[in-house]
Amino acid sequence: MSDTHAQTVAYVRETMLEPQAPPVTVVGPIGWAKTNLFSSRLNTVITLIALAFVYLVLSILLPWAFHNTWSATSLRDCREMTGTDHGAACWGVIRDRWQQILFGNYPVDLRWRPILDLVLLLVALAPILFSNVPRKLLWFSAAYPFIMPWLIWGGSVWVPVMAAVGFILGYLFLKFGEKALGSLFAMIGAVVVAIVWWLFFLGPVSDIFASILPIGLEKLGSSRDIGGLMLAFVIGVVAIGLSLPIGIVLALGRQSDLLIVKTLCVGFIEFIRGVPLITLLFVASTLLNIFMPPGTNFDIVLRVIIMVTLFSSAYMAEVIRGGLAALPKGQYEGGDSLGLNYWQAQRLIIMPQALKISIPGIVSTFIGLFKDTTLVSIIGLLDPIGWATAIRADTDWIGILWELYAFIALLFFIICFGMSRYSMYLERKLKTSH
Amino acid sequence: MADIATDRTIDRSKMQVSDEVAIQITGMNKWYGTFHVLKEIDLTVQRGERIVIAGPSGSGKSTLIRCINRLEEHQAGQIIVDGTELTSDLKNIDKIRSEVGMCFQHFNLFPHLTILENCTLAPIWVRKTPKKEAEETAMHFLEKVKIPEQADKYPGQLSGGQQQRVAIARSLCMKPRIMLFDEPTSALDPEMIKEVLDTMIELAEEGMTMLCVTHEMGFARQVANRVIFMDAGQIVEQNEPEEFFNNPKSERTKLFLSQILGH
Ligand SMILES: Nc1ncnc2c1ncn2[C@@H]1O[C@H](COP(=O)(O)OP(=O)(O)O)[C@@H](O)[C@H]1O
Ligand SMILES: [Mg+2]
Repeated sequence: MSDTHAQTVAYVRETMLEPQAPPVTVVGPIGWAKTNLFSSRLNTVITLIALAFVYLVLSILLPWAFHNTWSATSLRDCREMTGTDHGAACWGVIRDRWQQILFGNYPVDLRWRPILDLVLLLVALAPILFSNVPRKLLWFSAAYPFIMPWLIWGGSVWVPVMAAVGFILGYLFLKFGEKALGSLFAMIGAVVVAIVWWLFFLGPVSDIFASILPIGLEKLGSSRDIGGLMLAFVIGVVAIGLSLPIGIVLALGRQSDLLIVKTLCVGFIEFIRGVPLITLLFVASTLLNIFMPPGTNFDIVLRVIIMVTLFSSAYMAEVIRGGLAALPKGQYEGGDSLGLNYWQAQRLIIMPQALKISIPGIVSTFIGLFKDTTLVSIIGLLDPIGWATAIRADTDWIGILWELYAFIALLFFIICFGMSRYSMYLERKLKTSH
Repeated sequence: MADIATDRTIDRSKMQVSDEVAIQITGMNKWYGTFHVLKEIDLTVQRGERIVIAGPSGSGKSTLIRCINRLEEHQAGQIIVDGTELTSDLKNIDKIRSEVGMCFQHFNLFPHLTILENCTLAPIWVRKTPKKEAEETAMHFLEKVKIPEQADKYPGQLSGGQQQRVAIARSLCMKPRIMLFDEPTSALDPEMIKEVLDTMIELAEEGMTMLCVTHEMGFARQVANRVIFMDAGQIVEQNEPEEFFNNPKSERTKLFLSQILGH
């Protein structure tokens, strides 16, 4: 107190204090542990119990997992290598069968196609996921939905081209019909035009083009060859890509003033949400054939994709409806008062905000959908779980269990965790209020 | 409620009421369900008029001005804005909305867009103005409301008064011929009210046709050429501000004025 006038009541500081480093107990690893793990008696007890639990789990898991059984060719092999019957992981099964778990029965010489597809998927996603990627790449993203199935299934290049033409025709109809018909009827008309094109003209027209200019890839023998993680990916990616736009349309339809549109959307959403996915998959695998004209061959994977898409669209619609409901009425009025029409207001004001609010729910739905693809093993498609069952029935690997499922769980975990982290990144990035 | 809105003298050279009719409302009625909220409203607004609408809460002031740009639909009578009648025809509605600017009590800025984007959105999408031109116009009006330096911020980063001025600039970017204000200052702290009123006074000085629902009686005295008093869904009294404040005719008006002016 030498520099203050201690004898007077009035106080004037004459020399300012320099900032000093905090005591070690609040910074560094010790400080961190102190504040987070041992801040109170209860906290200390919980920390110790948790540590004991982690030790217990690891002491069982690690001795089981760490065995050099990579080269084993059968479970018998493994047991000889490790000298125990149980209590030792047998990783040879992964080395032996990883190709089936990843690709199913997809022909080995064609595997470059799904691999290329995956690489292209990352390219197509880049401009959608990250805003610092050149916007021009979005054109590729738009083309990707047509390239992807073509690479997987093969066949004439004209089929995906003509499928894209359907969208272009619908768009042109919408653009030029809007003046004459009004936006609602133009939109209905555009959908009808596109569907008619796909049902009746797609096949013949692409055949004509293919006979003039036969370009194409070797056709895949049977859709059932698509299997393993690749099958989960094909179903998951397509259903994720489609369920978001369909969900948006359903959510908007549910809010519509038009009674018929509203009733249809509510009916669809409530019906789908009231039915287990498994039932829909059984419908896809068996019942649909009854309604098809005899002799038609409607691809089983495609049928499953449609069902999974419908299923997740209904959930997506409800998630997005939650986002819409969270928006204050003033946002609609702000848009209306500036003269924006319904679609402009939805696209520029309402949806960006509603989707942003719904990000956690949307990504949860995506993750749930991706994991639900494993249900297709029940209708006989060989996804990773289907293959695990098949491998376990093999005489070499009878009795194997944890290794396969751990490997599959790891694959799914990496993908789902990635989606989850991305959604957190996106939420942070889109935060505009401080 | 301050008795004056500004200390400076107001430039009245351009505040001229012309003979041209901007808004014509005849025999207009509106119901919310079975609740008769607006009853037989007759109101003619000439171009260049600055009208203040006052009245107790729930008297239908907001509903009335929201009918003028069809945020609310009326069920009987006629509303003609700028020569176009408001019917259920969507084309007319969008046309009128792009000619009539509106500012709300809670600003209703778009929180996911920057200030500049808030201002250029409607010109670009509704008026089809090229982006660059729209941005120049937006900067012009942001300078006018004295916040050009905030152009790249988001609404959430601005104070209430600044947000309301952005909302005014956003409306002005559409070059409206009529401006509607629904209690633009009642969500603001006292020290921010003045900056918004200043902006509104400047707008009036340029000859803008304005309809303001407000409790700022100072603004009504100094800027309005007509004050309308509403109660229970009806226009009870209207007069020039001087007469309205000094010599109110109806008992309801007297009661309202004594409450709001506190003497
Ligand atoms: N959307 C609505 N539905 C039903 N009643 C409403 C609605 N909006 C306002 N009202 C009622 O109409 C009356 C007038 O409301 P409003 O025009 O907002 O009054 P003011 O702006 O004068 O306070 C109030 O009694 C209010 O409760
Ligand atoms: Mg009001």
